[in-house]
Amino acid sequence: MDENIIIDIKRLSFGYPGKPELLDKFELRVKKGERLGIIGPNGCGKTTVFYLIMGLLKALHGTINILGRERSRENDFIEVRANIGFLFQDSDNQLFCPSIEEEIAFGPLNFGYKGHQVKDMIKEVLNTVGLDGYEKRIPYTLSGGEKRRLALATILVMKPKILLLDEPENGLDEDAVDKFVEILQEPGLSYIIISQNRDFLKRTTNTLYTIKQGRAIMAK
Amino acid sequence: MIYNDFTSGDSFIHRFDPRIKILIALFFSIITALSNKIPAILSFFVLAIILVLISKLKFKILFSRLTIVNIFILFIWFILPFSYPGKIVFHIGSLQASREGLINALEITLKYNAIILCNIALLSTNPIFQLTHAIRHLGAPDKFVHLFFLIHRYAFVIFDEYKCIRDALRARGFRPKTNFFTYRTYAYLVANLLLKSYERSEQVHRAMICRGFTGKYWVLEHFALKWRDIFVAITIFTAITTLAIIQWMKIL
Repeated sequence: MDENIIIDIKRLSFGYPGKPELLDKFELRVKKGERLGIIGPNGCGKTTVFYLIMGLLKALHGTINILGRERSRENDFIEVRANIGFLFQDSDNQLFCPSIEEEIAFGPLNFGYKGHQVKDMIKEVLNTVGLDGYEKRIPYTLSGGEKRRLALATILVMKPKILLLDEPENGLDEDAVDKFVEILQEPGLSYIIISQNRDFLKRTTNTLYTIKQGRAIMAK
Repeated sequence: MIYNDFTSGDSFIHRFDPRIKILIALFFSIITALSNKIPAILSFFVLAIILVLISKLKFKILFSRLTIVNIFILFIWFILPFSYPGKIVFHIGSLQASREGLINALEITLKYNAIILCNIALLSTNPIFQLTHAIRHLGAPDKFVHLFFLIHRYAFVIFDEYKCIRDALRARGFRPKTNFFTYRTYAYLVANLLLKSYERSEQVHRAMICRGFTGKYWVLEHFALKWRDIFVAITIFTAITTLAIIQWMKIL
């Protein structure tokens, strides 16, 4: 098996109860260093793909291989979550801690890092997202753009192998989007971005897919 | 809404260890609530005022808070003196006010205000996250700690959602009146908020799971108890205990 493959989804089917199947024999393969975009109309299953990768939803059929292993049970996904950073569409859902340093520390502490290690990690990641010196600030008092960058910091701190970004530019002004794009230029990052914004995807990704009739196809 | 009006000061009480503040506030509240002698209750009231003075709170905001909570107490003054049997002091028409009833109403007023003042002086002088940490350090169950903090955290978000729906209603010409349509609209608004809150709670939970959450809330920084904290704690605890002993040994 190619060690560079991070995510390999094969013949995956999924549908919400009482509704027609949203994904039908869906296939997607993402390699290390890839910067992939998924574009598509509302309700075509873009966010659902992310939920399935993170183990937040269970597939009806098909296989999800992540980091060389098939993942199907809850326990399989614990390792996945330590290695894949998921940025939610609404940062308010992701930011719930009382201070920024605790917000960033939440993941590393859950995965067993010690306090002094975490402090260094916080400093480094705040520098990456341009929020130096914000350690003691309260997350919900930040602006929309700052919240989004903080949410990104909370997942970057885990040094994930790949990022799943769900409409990261949504609701941000031009400046905030520019700053976000700048962070994504960092070498060595691999990610999948879901977005409705073709221009944003052009700036940030090098392969573009769309979901049609439950399947991922290369977009023009 | 919950605003942090008193957290920004720099008094001695602001710097005091929040864990001890919670314990003192709890002890003070229980002993004051159980007290039944006016001189003792008055002493607790004075003690609470001293704590307020030391914490240098903004009086204007403090009075407005006290006024709101004392509206409930006002009802007690309307009912208790006239419904309690005892020596009649005065009467309004056929309603007779008893001495015991008046004393009882006074006791409740003093107790209530003493407890509120003490809690404002001690607890509202800390940001909510320090209190969250403090109750976590005091060994409160994780679920309780989460409820305590998340309610505060998402009250703001849900309040914003409420404002958003309210503005949308206004923009579509809605004017509240005393009629069925208004009641139904408000019912829809509340139902909408409940559904949105439920959806949001699911999303927050998912976001927590994605960052390795398994039900345990880890703390990054720990509080350091200073000798000064211990000294002040012993002094206040001794004062409260002494007052309690004096009244219950029937010295007062």
